[in-house]
Amino acid sequence: MPADRFRDVAAGPGAAKGDPILSLRGLRRTFGGLTAVDVERLEIERGTITSLIGPNGAGKTTLFNLLTGFDRPQEGHWHLNGGPLVGIPSFRVARRGMVRTFQLTKSLARLTVLENMLVAAKDQVGESFWGALFGTWRPIEQANERAAMESLERFGLAHMAAEYAGSLSGGQRKLLEMARALMVKPELVMLDEPTAGVNPALTQSLLGHITGLRDLGMTVVFIEHDMDVVQEISDWVVCMSQGRVIAEGEPLTVARDPAVIDAYLGRRHGEIE
Amino acid sequence: MDVVKILVDATRAAVGIPAAAYALSAIGLNLQFGYTGLLNFGHVASMLVGAYGMAVTVDLGGSLWLGIPVGVACAVLLGLLIGAPTLRLRADYLAIVTIAVGEILRLVVRSSLAAPLTKGIFGIQAFADEFFAINPIPEGHYGIGRLRFDQRGVWMMLVGWAVVLLAVLFIRKLTSSPWGRVVRAIREDEDAARSLGKNVFGYKLQSLMIGGAIGALAGMLLAIDQQNVTPDNYIPLLTFYAFTIVILGGPGTLWGPVIGSVVFWFVFEFLDGVMTSAVVDGWLGGALESTDIGPIRFFLFGLGLMWLMAFRPQGIFGRREEMLIDAR
Ligand SMILES: Nc1ncnc2c1ncn2[C@@H]1O[C@H](COP(=O)(O)OP(=O)(O)O)[C@@H](O)[C@H]1O
Ligand SMILES: [Mg+2]
Repeated sequence: MPADRFRDVAAGPGAAKGDPILSLRGLRRTFGGLTAVDVERLEIERGTITSLIGPNGAGKTTLFNLLTGFDRPQEGHWHLNGGPLVGIPSFRVARRGMVRTFQLTKSLARLTVLENMLVAAKDQVGESFWGALFGTWRPIEQANERAAMESLERFGLAHMAAEYAGSLSGGQRKLLEMARALMVKPELVMLDEPTAGVNPALTQSLLGHITGLRDLGMTVVFIEHDMDVVQEISDWVVCMSQGRVIAEGEPLTVARDPAVIDAYLGRRHGEIE
Repeated sequence: MDVVKILVDATRAAVGIPAAAYALSAIGLNLQFGYTGLLNFGHVASMLVGAYGMAVTVDLGGSLWLGIPVGVACAVLLGLLIGAPTLRLRADYLAIVTIAVGEILRLVVRSSLAAPLTKGIFGIQAFADEFFAINPIPEGHYGIGRLRFDQRGVWMMLVGWAVVLLAVLFIRKLTSSPWGRVVRAIREDEDAARSLGKNVFGYKLQSLMIGGAIGALAGMLLAIDQQNVTPDNYIPLLTFYAFTIVILGGPGTLWGPVIGSVVFWFVFEFLDGVMTSAVVDGWLGGALESTDIGPIRFFLFGLGLMWLMAFRPQGIFGRREEMLIDAR
């Protein structure tokens, strides 16, 4: 049980983990006068599912953007597998094993579903200019195609492989985006609201896939609003509010934390989805 | 009205050097715009530096065969210089910067400052003798009926369309490879491409440089045919011809730019012929002068382009279903 990993971890913001894959210190991002993210300390335990919760505008997406190189903080540093990530551009962050998805799904609409998968595959020599012209990339392509089709099969999208990704339903796009992220063979997957706007049946299958990732040894951080979902699959929960981490702990502990209840109920602005 | 003559002239334009050169120009632009999604409104700049790179090399005493690679290298360098500072910015900045660069280059080339190299507004002439010296086509006239070309024209067309064919094969190799898939992914959503580990900036830069190199070949082809480069040949209109051709043929399609160019030049010359005859034959009762024809031709082309964007945005070759996809 991955939850055992947290036996010796004391709940509370900034809790030190036994084997953190990601750790950050003093991360701050402001937009004009607004402090979107101000996190003193946060560690993500390897091989677990961590839910990031918090009311709308708490700074969850901004935190994802900062960690994955899509945005730059005013202050702070963070490490993936002990290697510093400050100032590393987003595409290199992905190559180092931290791959994210987006709150507003980004399917590559005029690429087919299979092409969406293949474009994410790593180490394709045909992706360099000279490699495209003179490299022997077809054998790699065939291997990638097999892996992609297997993955599409698991995600229930195999029958759509030849269709344009733009013709998928919203829920299918969420599935595709997740499957595509996995083609990068990440160690750490950051999912921004993977279940938003997805019907209940698809949500269940998405959650199955997320726990499946953990069982394969990956680490998952995902932003989620539905507390039932959070209780169901997370090993650890981090709650943000107004840019800060206000609570951290096992799902039940956090759900009962007065600060968390306050953040969700005691606020005058914003709504829980 | 001599309908046969109008058709012959239109056909001559459609298979001639302007059509080949603009096909080439559009192939370069199509890589940037159709495949990679880059809004390069200064494509004419690559034609200019290609033609001038070649002409100046010859003028300084170099061989034409050295001038051609020099012209290509100039365009590749230009792509690097324009792309490096702007490609990290939002897409519309590239459009603004490139349109400015095109005009600045033209003005620099015609300035007295650059005149020692470029010969200012007079330009450089007669630099392509080496090309016509190796013409293997025996003297004479070739063709069918009234559609005839002399040995010089045949030689130009042969080489011109051969270069077009090679460019198409090159683009096919490139765009059907994983490299091509990455640039199309960038066109669709560059943040998604980044999140998958793709060096978006590097690919855009490559696309700009390669497209520019092909644009340079187009510029050289026109310059060799005319044995002439003058700065005021390189007005922004050339870029918009190329855009019209790309959109006409279908952005992001392999043969679109070639067919687009042939159709473009056929229609262009056809309209010209019809209107000229109409004026000369007095059909319009003196409502139009022959000097009005040029502007009206552009007016009609503008309307045609608008109609195309509204009713057939996928062009001749594009797939309609692709256009109907909402690009979320
Ligand atoms: N690019 C931006 N410019 C200005 N304000 C921003 C920007 N991005 C996010 N914000 C603000 O930062 C706060 C946190 O936003 P976000 O990270 O999207 O919250 P969450 O994902 O938790 O709902 C919000 O108040 C939002 O309006
Ligand atoms: Mg968000």
